[in-house]
Amino acid sequence: MTTYVARSKQVAARMLGGEMMIMSPRDTTLFNLNDVGSVIWQSADGQTPLDEIVVRLCAEFDVAPEVARQDAEAFVQELAGHGIMHVSDQPITAEPPRQEPT
Amino acid sequence: MNVLMEEMNRRALALGIPLGAHLDVTYRCNERCVHCYLDHDDHGEMTTAEIMDVLDQLADAGTLFLTLSGGEVFMRMDFFKILEYARELSFCIKIKTNAFMIREKEADLIRDMDVNSVQVSIYSHRPEVHDAITLLPRSLERSIKGIRLMQQRGVKVIIANVLMRQNLADYEGVRQLARSLGVEATIDPTITPKMDGNREILGLGIGGKELRDVMHNADLVGNVDDFCATPPPVGDEDLDTVPCSASHTYCYISPYGDVFPCVQFPLPTGNVRKQRFLDIWRYSPQMNDVRSIRPRELPVCSTCSHIGTCTRCPGLAYMQGDMRGPSVQDCEKSYARTGIPSANMKLRFTATNGHPVAVAQPANLVQIQLAQAC
Repeated sequence: MTTYVARSKQVAARMLGGEMMIMSPRDTTLFNLNDVGSVIWQSADGQTPLDEIVVRLCAEFDVAPEVARQDAEAFVQELAGHGIMHVSDQPITAEPPRQEPT
Repeated sequence: MNVLMEEMNRRALALGIPLGAHLDVTYRCNERCVHCYLDHDDHGEMTTAEIMDVLDQLADAGTLFLTLSGGEVFMRMDFFKILEYARELSFCIKIKTNAFMIREKEADLIRDMDVNSVQVSIYSHRPEVHDAITLLPRSLERSIKGIRLMQQRGVKVIIANVLMRQNLADYEGVRQLARSLGVEATIDPTITPKMDGNREILGLGIGGKELRDVMHNADLVGNVDDFCATPPPVGDEDLDTVPCSASHTYCYISPYGDVFPCVQFPLPTGNVRKQRFLDIWRYSPQMNDVRSIRPRELPVCSTCSHIGTCTRCPGLAYMQGDMRGPSVQDCEKSYARTGIPSANMKLRFTATNGHPVAVAQPANLVQIQLAQAC
């Protein structure tokens, strides 16, 4: 199965000294991604398969494909759990509906 | 401030990145607050395209935190276009508004654009007091309605209450109002001189016993013993630290494109209509002059026991005539907190043999003149 990942458009984010800083609008939690995470984040356009992103990681960071694949999957699932990344088995073209405040 | 935020600020400081920027999109306003420091006439605001270009430049420079303010931001018909573009650039956005013009449609859009927070100025819970400060009838009623609409949509709203003599009795009422609306509230006793250097509005502010009472109110400051404690002995770290974020990780841009170290520091450093933002940020002699200031070199403040705990604002000092001089308003705050006179207060008292002293001549505030030249 092909996995697609997309940055949430609801976040605020900026590269700072080679690392991505992300602020979640849900609870203003701040995330700091290392250089590997930053590459995944910047590649997560909803159209690029995660496998293709993993290939980029392997080329850039000298890491074994299987290790990179496992780490990338765990990483995107964790960000998805925080609501700042979307993961799907289909290309992601639109931001999923927001959750209304309770 | 959490650890990651501190780390982000440290990194931005080390890299010389303007992590935060305050952009006033207009000075026009539907209110005429008695204490406002602005000239509300339009002297040639940046166009939508010019503002978008500034936003592009700020994003490229590394700015993450963007405050959009005025004047009243909703006086600009293109405000939501600006806001939408800023969000496309992934800024973390705070809006400052009086919320008078926020109705269902505006509240929906603010929610949909994931604005981080909206700060609304409320001066009293009583219409007769609030509206007498804004000089706009029914402004409290309309502002509360706007706050309610945003809060109902999950938008984070913060009520900002500027304390003056006129509304001093009402800050608890404002806090109760905030609680009833389910939003946060802050208070600030700082009144800023007008942009043309006129200091008459400073007389609206509180001082002396009133300021002391505010500083010793546990509901406002938390632990009074800690907040008002005698300052600890001054160490090297206190004297060599960066005094505030102005020009280090933060700057201000006016509706006319003028760039300043801070919204409260009207030292012109350049104009984005004539120069690239990063050229101003990195190479402006004025910006670098502000950047070079350390407490150790301040002629009066370096000798003051409050130097490690004072909220000294170099912008207010600049407006009093010398960015390396004391900020009298902050001297008063330190004194109100601790009961210990600042070095500046002692000096002035000694120099005049106990007689009142004349206030230093204000700096030449050229904000508007620069804008007219564009």
